[in-house]
Order: sequence, then structure tokens, then C-alpha cells
Amino acid sequence: MQITVNGETVDIADGATLTSLIEQLGLNPKKVAVERNLEIAPKSLYAEIALAEGDRIEIVQFVGGG
Amino acid sequence: MSQIDDNPLLVAGRELKSRLIIGTGKYADYEQNARALEASGAEMITVALRRVNLSDPSQPRLVDSIDPDKYIFLPNTAGCFTGEDAVRTLRLAREAGGWSLVKLEVLSDPKHLYPDMEETMRAAKMLIDEGFDVMVYCSDDPVFAKKLEELGCCAIMPLGAPIGSGLGLQNKVNIRLIVEQSSVPVIVDAGVGTASDAAIAMELGCDGVLMNTAIAEAKDPIRMARAMKHAVIAGREAYLAGRMPKKRYADPSSPLSGLI
Repeated sequence: MQITVNGETVDIADGATLTSLIEQLGLNPKKVAVERNLEIAPKSLYAEIALAEGDRIEIVQFVGGG
Repeated sequence: MSQIDDNPLLVAGRELKSRLIIGTGKYADYEQNARALEASGAEMITVALRRVNLSDPSQPRLVDSIDPDKYIFLPNTAGCFTGEDAVRTLRLAREAGGWSLVKLEVLSDPKHLYPDMEETMRAAKMLIDEGFDVMVYCSDDPVFAKKLEELGCCAIMPLGAPIGSGLGLQNKVNIRLIVEQSSVPVIVDAGVGTASDAAIAMELGCDGVLMNTAIAEAKDPIRMARAMKHAVIAGREAYLAGRMPKKRYADPSSPLSGLI
């Protein structure tokens, strides 16, 4: 199925969770924060949050700023 | 250099020995940024929150050069133009970092980046209601500064001059008024261009100075970071010492009696 991650279309397996998505993208879950359909996804629930077709995910991290 | 007989800067229960807070934008790379931070002696840094680069997740990361366990990360809302944008960003920042101390800035026109004070007030209220500790970037208007304090902001951060302009403190009268009326820390945020600007802010009685471009865009950012460290200490010490009165005429420093 297809979801949108940071504005890009991403193919994921049926039954994928946030944990498997983060792994698929090669990211370190400790160093990012995730929003699913405008709701914060708590780190402790990544493994339980099942993704659905059309989900809009934002994955962010800290960068330099003033 | 030690600061004698001075209390640490206290922001939302956190004690800071250094009264200098620095930004982490505009450096050549995160390594230079880390060295400037070391030289500045700052314990708190502002950071922004942005999308991870999905096409190249191995890009250098801020947290690989600057350890969040060693420094206090202060997430900002740079680039936010509405209260909702700011709240959304800081909810994510709280999840990314696990702490609730944040810097709120709701900007208006990109030409001057002045804070939109109506939106800033609205966003500050939303954030405080959600349990955030809000250090707020604001105009140098004492009336809004007071309102933000009454809302519960934990630090008032008026601009000295437009963000990134390096023009120095443009309205010392207002900054001083804000200092006099505030019972939470007042930190000049934005506008500092060189060391004397930071010293002037501290001599006015500000509790701290926040800067980014003045260090990052100096020819030698490491050296400027060190200069800022000393300027903030010097300005603070001068403020605590109490300056001599200004006089209209000369007053010789050597005794007039006993002249040959």
C-alpha cells in the first residue's frame, strides 16, 4: 500500500507499523519524531501503530537553527 | 574566568552558569558549530525541527556533533507564521527531545522577521495550556512583554534588532523598561552583531543574550564565540558593579595637591 512520508509517496507492506517504516527508511527511531495524520505518534507506541493506505506521515529531527 | 557573587541564570527551574545562549544555524558544518559552542561556554542552544532527508538518511546530523545530554536543546519555531504551526512544531519537538522547554517565535513579514505579536500571544497561551515552558521571542514593546509574562512565559526575549541583521540594540530605552518590569529572565534575542552589542545588552540589566548569526557569520566563528563569552561576562559584571555617574566635565584622576 501507499502512504505519504514527508511529502513523498512511499510503498510499504500490508500490516506495516511505524517501527517497520522507520526501519525501512534506515532511520534511528531515537533521533526522530513522528506525526501521523497530524497527530503525534509517541515513541513508545511505534510498534503498535499500524499504518493504513493514504496515511500522511511526517518524520522530523533537530537541525541547526537560531 | 569565574563570575563572583552572581546567581546563575534560572529559566523554568534550570540553572545556567553561562548567560550566553547560541543558535546552531548558518555554520559551515556541525563540526564548526560544535567548536564554536565549546568556545562560547554556552550551555543552551537553539535548534530547529525539520523533515529528515529520506533520500539520504546518512547525512550529518546535529546530534552527532552536539550531544543533547551535554547541552540544553531549545527547540524553536522558526519558519512558523501562525500559532497552529508553532504548536504543531513544538509538539513534535517535545516528542523528539522529551523535554518541554521551548522557544516560541511566530514571525510575520520575511523582510523584517518581526514577531507577529497577536499570533505569538495566542500560541503562547496554547503552549502553556499544554504544559510547555515557553521562552518567547517578542517585539521590544514593554506592554506585550508584560502580557506575555502574565500569560506565564518563563523568559521574555525581545529583539535587539531584526533577526540576522547584526545592527545591535536599536531601542535601549525599551529593553531597559522591559528589564525593570519583568520578574522572569529577560534575554535579548536577535540583532547582536559584535561583542560590544552583547555587553550593552548585559549592562542594561538583561539576564542573558541569545545570538546566532553574529558568531556563525564572523570570519572566525570560534574566535567570535570566545569574544561573546567574554562580552557577556564583562557586561554582566559591569551591570552588577554599577557604573560611575556620567559627568559633563573632566575630573582629574591624579591628585591636584603636591604638584611640583
